[in-house]
Amino acid sequence: MKHIQTIETRNLCQSAKNGGCGECQTSCQSACKTSSGIANQKCENKNK
Amino acid sequence: MIHQYQLNGYNIVLDVCSGSVHVVDEAAYDLIGLYESCPRQEALAQVAAKYPGIDPQELSECYDDITSLKDAGKLFTPDTFASMAGELKARTSGVVKALCLHIAHTCNLNCSYCFASQGKYHGDRALMSFEVGKQALDFLVSHSGTRKNLEVDFFGGEPLMNFDVVKQLVAYARSIEKEAGKNFRFTLTTNGMLIDQDVIDFCNKEMSNVVLSLDGRKEVHDRFRVDYAGHGSYDKIVPKFQDLVRQRGGKDYYMRGTFTHHNPDFLNDIKAMLDLGFTELSMEPVVTAKGDPSGLTEEDLPIIMEQYEDLARLQLERYKEGRPFTFYHYMIDLTGGPCIYKRISGCGSGTEYMAVTPWGDLYPCHQFVGEEKFKLGNIWDGVTNTEIQQEFASCNVYARPDCHDCWARLYCSGGCAANAYHATGSVKGVYEYGCKLFRKRMECAIMVQIAEKLGDQA
Repeated sequence: MKHIQTIETRNLCQSAKNGGCGECQTSCQSACKTSSGIANQKCENKNK
Repeated sequence: MIHQYQLNGYNIVLDVCSGSVHVVDEAAYDLIGLYESCPRQEALAQVAAKYPGIDPQELSECYDDITSLKDAGKLFTPDTFASMAGELKARTSGVVKALCLHIAHTCNLNCSYCFASQGKYHGDRALMSFEVGKQALDFLVSHSGTRKNLEVDFFGGEPLMNFDVVKQLVAYARSIEKEAGKNFRFTLTTNGMLIDQDVIDFCNKEMSNVVLSLDGRKEVHDRFRVDYAGHGSYDKIVPKFQDLVRQRGGKDYYMRGTFTHHNPDFLNDIKAMLDLGFTELSMEPVVTAKGDPSGLTEEDLPIIMEQYEDLARLQLERYKEGRPFTFYHYMIDLTGGPCIYKRISGCGSGTEYMAVTPWGDLYPCHQFVGEEKFKLGNIWDGVTNTEIQQEFASCNVYARPDCHDCWARLYCSGGCAANAYHATGSVKGVYEYGCKLFRKRMECAIMVQIAEKLGDQA
């Protein structure tokens, strides 16, 4: 596909199958405290 | 749903629901844009007319590639997650995994932009006692179910004004965590005024993360971050922060700045932090009451947007030079980031995360403390205001009508309930100004990732 380069990403649809362990950090905790973003959080699921 | 944008020489296509990211050339960019609204031949004809140098056969193959990506679930993926939105919270109902301990409702600085009204949260000055803090930790352990990692933030006001209790509480937590099968992760947020070697040694041993408040340039920092006599704190705190970070041994920290209407050119403040030797940086737009003169305006918006783009370029430049730095909002892990449950469940305030006042009341998060109607209960009786808790439990990305058509909804999970409440009167509203900034940050963050992965070919 010379016109299109696909970057490697986590497949969100697949993550529905083994996600949801809840061990990850609460969303706005680590630095901002005044906004919510989850994209920058680490997944802590050991069984993914 | 897809989102297309062009930034720093890259044509970027995000497939919102699969999380896929594609970098494409201009012809493919246009073809993807037309794919769902035009029949094949019409789309190809339009793009062929625009790019006469490209062989029509090649364009046709490009169109087929787009179809293949769609078939593989990497483009135009439908949103099938709505029914899962309440699932994670329902599954973990009653589980608390993080507390923000308001260890000191008082402060030795008098910053007029403080959302906590100089640490008092519109109430009286108060310090948390060891007994209240201990009960809060016991409450957390007993409500944490099977969660191993428990997060506790020491927050204020200025937590170091009650440092002895912080130390006692950490010692208590360490004494119970093994037997309870838990792992406490502590964070402390400080303005730096009371940092000494004892604080440095303690924080660098016990705190998983420290958040150090610094607004950047001296004149910017000292505009707001003043003591009660009106003297700026910059000269006092910067050497202390440098000492702490130098001795931190690679453990997490963030320099956390706030920018306001007075410095929408906040990239200069980021650069000032870099010049001081700090590399883990967070710079947040101020959150103020309506009408506050330091509040960000519509006129500030284009400046801020440009600053975010320039910041992304600076990050790439320094990365290439071997002098990388981290900007909190551009940290995005495309391969190991959060699962879909996390992305649609909202921020967790009022359910898995709560704030504890110095006298032991529970609130949905630190930003609601002092708003009496949001009081959830206390650390002895638990949550008694189930109506308010339910409101937060039902807060997720699909509960916010404004998020339905937003491409960034799986990167923000519906945004901050407190900002939404203060902007619209409802925790299920959205703070649109904040959304605009968030979307720009995500575009920049993803571009940075692409550039790093592709070796910055643009």
